[in-house]
Amino acid sequence: MSNKQTPSQTVGPYFAYGLTPEQYLYDFKQLVTNQMVNPINTDNIITITGKVFDGENQPISDAMVEIWQNDGEKQLFGRFGTGTDPENRFIFHTIKPNSVDSQAPHLSVILFMRGQLIHTYTRIYFSDEVVLNAKDTVLISVPEERKATLMAQQKSPGTYEFNIYMQGDKETVFFDI
Amino acid sequence: MSSIIYNLFDREVQPPYLSPQYKSTVLRAPSKPLVVLKQSLSELSGPLFGDFKLGALDHDLTKNSIKNGEPIGERIVVHGKVLNENGQPIPHTLIEIWQANSCGRYVHKVDQHNAPLDPNFLGAGRCMTDKDGNYKFYTIKPGAYPWGNHPNAWRPNHIHFSLFGANITNRLVTQMYFPGDPLLAHDPIFLSVPPKGRDLLVSQFDLNAAEPDFALAYRFDFVLRGHNATPFENK
Ligand SMILES: [Fe+2]
Repeated sequence: MSNKQTPSQTVGPYFAYGLTPEQYLYDFKQLVTNQMVNPINTDNIITITGKVFDGENQPISDAMVEIWQNDGEKQLFGRFGTGTDPENRFIFHTIKPNSVDSQAPHLSVILFMRGQLIHTYTRIYFSDEVVLNAKDTVLISVPEERKATLMAQQKSPGTYEFNIYMQGDKETVFFDI
Repeated sequence: MSSIIYNLFDREVQPPYLSPQYKSTVLRAPSKPLVVLKQSLSELSGPLFGDFKLGALDHDLTKNSIKNGEPIGERIVVHGKVLNENGQPIPHTLIEIWQANSCGRYVHKVDQHNAPLDPNFLGAGRCMTDKDGNYKFYTIKPGAYPWGNHPNAWRPNHIHFSLFGANITNRLVTQMYFPGDPLLAHDPIFLSVPPKGRDLLVSQFDLNAAEPDFALAYRFDFVLRGHNATPFENK
């Protein structure tokens, strides 16, 4: 390798007017929102909400969550900060991806926050995909007792909850990718 | 089918999750080992932004928020290249930028530092690399500012950046610093980077790129993760 990677540094507490300006009501156009699909002409939209908890189980109010999904047909990207919802939730509207390369349907999550010097990666799987989840090689590689941390729980048709725990017994599985 | 595999974070130069001198890492760093994941379509692709329409002044923070005059402070040009570890330039990739004003104050509602806001400076911008991976933008040199990490803690002058690169393994959020800043030796965020990586975060003063009678210049190259050998298995 001829070049060394540029080191990562924290996104800090003040990312909102640069990265999620319209969500936080700053006067600067936002390129990426939490509407990963156009709600007007898309069927089967799903909503995913959740919180990001620190090591003392407090919801983190200055995290930024990005979601990438690619099932070979559709490539979708979203971004949302946890600082505007009264409960510090993140909220995304998208469609469920199809299974691709014999993996269960999943979303890739990239997570940033003050206090995190490098971003973390995780995945969102869907609790109602029992058959495909059981065959997914990534899920199989995760210790049994931690698998549930990667499952979005279906609350009602089209509505899922996915909480992220940075530390502790319920600590979310983060991936080295 | 491509057999390309992207490199992982280079722990020789990347900061750890837990760096107790930077106090907020203590409750926010993952405590369990990361799980290694075999890269798949999800990891080997990412948002490309090729069809995104940037605003005409997005790359000029000295002009993109003017209300009643010019922003106060030292105008600078920041420019350089986006490459990967293999030395290949990354063309047409999005760079997002945010920073404090010349007094060390962010427009952000959470920033309570008692330094003046500048009505003509937002501190947010973005640009794309050209076909050869080069980028350039104009801004005001940011000021240092205090923070609550420890008594008399001050952040060195810095500009925040967000880059995407070829796929989600390339994602990079970082901060660029300025040469000769005496606060670097005291900043737990900068010092969280292993010694071998620290110089990579400090821009170079670049008089050749300065624009006479207008702005001084700094050069800063970004190196995103590279990949193994060649993308094609069957030649
Ligand atoms: Fe900052």
